[in-house]
Amino acid sequence: MRYSGMKVLWEGLTGNRGWKPVWREPEPKKSYDIVIVGGGGHGLSTAYYLAREFGLSNIAVLEKGWLGSGNIGRNTTIIRSNYLLPGNEPFYELSMKLWENLEQDFNYNAMVSQRGIINLYHSDSQRDAFARRGNAMIMAGADAVLLDRAGLEKQCPFLDFDNARFPIQGGLWQPRAGTARHDAVAWGYARGADMHGVDLIQNCEVTGFLIEDGVCKGVETSRGAILARKTAVCVAGSSGRVMSKAGMRLPIESHALQAFVSEGLKPVIPGVITFGAGHFYISQSDKGGLVFGGDIDGYNTYAQRGNLPVVEDVCEGGMAIMPMIGRARLLRMWGGVMDMSMDGSPFIDRTHIDGLYFNGGWCYGGFKATPASGFCYAHLLARDEPHPTAAEYRLDRFISGRMIDERGAGAQPNLH
Amino acid sequence: MIINHPLLGPRDASEFVYLGDASLIDRPDWQAKDAQQQFHDYLYLRDNPAGAHRELWFHEQGDRSWLVVTRDTITHEITNVELARDVALQRGRGR
Repeated sequence: MRYSGMKVLWEGLTGNRGWKPVWREPEPKKSYDIVIVGGGGHGLSTAYYLAREFGLSNIAVLEKGWLGSGNIGRNTTIIRSNYLLPGNEPFYELSMKLWENLEQDFNYNAMVSQRGIINLYHSDSQRDAFARRGNAMIMAGADAVLLDRAGLEKQCPFLDFDNARFPIQGGLWQPRAGTARHDAVAWGYARGADMHGVDLIQNCEVTGFLIEDGVCKGVETSRGAILARKTAVCVAGSSGRVMSKAGMRLPIESHALQAFVSEGLKPVIPGVITFGAGHFYISQSDKGGLVFGGDIDGYNTYAQRGNLPVVEDVCEGGMAIMPMIGRARLLRMWGGVMDMSMDGSPFIDRTHIDGLYFNGGWCYGGFKATPASGFCYAHLLARDEPHPTAAEYRLDRFISGRMIDERGAGAQPNLH
Repeated sequence: MIINHPLLGPRDASEFVYLGDASLIDRPDWQAKDAQQQFHDYLYLRDNPAGAHRELWFHEQGDRSWLVVTRDTITHEITNVELARDVALQRGRGR
């Protein structure tokens, strides 16, 4: 069933009796060509692109809870491609281009809104670093504008430009960046995959891998064994737990990242704004709530909640750049579990076990990567060679010395 | 979170800096034949368990001692706190 304005009109006139469930609820088959472990944003987009771009459909997505119940439903919905390094930027720009055409592609309203992102800079040296990053973005086909103070004042007059400690000199602006409706992204991909014949199996927990002589033949699940020629794990947040069932240790620690929403306000924040001296990012949802976040809590955890010191730190960051939000009351806060990798960059790779593939390590940047992650993972699964933009996301990059460390913080996951 | 420091008593976790898994005490032998692989595993790979986790915390805003804290990564409950020095000595790492 395709959605369209005509369809809405027709259903409105005939009592809305023609809407159907958005996806089927099939029983798992005994075997598939490809089994994707994890029905979150990345797993569902992988299934969608495998079916749509690579013509495969004998695929199952196994999800322990309900579709989109992990970080795809817990993030701050920012999409952007403002990275520096050659291993990252082309990948995120591919993602940005997929975002731009996503709703037409999967015929679902994901509320993609290109309202722009501005990274504030507070010193001459930071301005120079941002100019360099902007140039790297432009060379990878993205867009970037370096705003001086006058240019920034035009867009965001409410910023505390003359802050005594961190005066705001300007910002690096990516006009094509923005936000999207996170749940709708999962639902749109799920519906698209289902329409192409992919089995989406919920309440089906993977309890182990069927590994014989170094070859993965499928998975054990809470609903019985399911055989697969290829098993694709895509469970960021739980990567450590799941891959330990295959006997693997990963260059990943699990950390909690908190997010916050204020009460609904009239439009005050034009796009996404990030603090360059502390860690704080903010946007305003279409409902009016200020959506913001900052640092991870900084210690290993699988609890989807954080602690108060980081709440204070995030709010102080906000007050440092836009004191006007000090009167807004906090409505909700929550935490999500992040795969924090050793260099701050993700993995889309085969493992040393034949037939077992791994996608994870997204740190707190997984949402914006959802389309390209699925696209590149599908490319790897279908063709057994990495997509050119994701070729550096290898599990062995630490021993080969090819780390992709945007922040230059080294092997200390809570600093990325 | 409150960390019950063995010398100073209960202290707020925000006084501490977190390093990571306490296996970082077990630095490999640099003269081993497979030292490169050992150092890679030591530096980059983690067990990352869901449940009891032994981890290193540094009391930066306090007495600047390193602690080995045993904490549950699902509930954040801290069940044991030791001086990292004592742990290292027990493992035969001290001088």
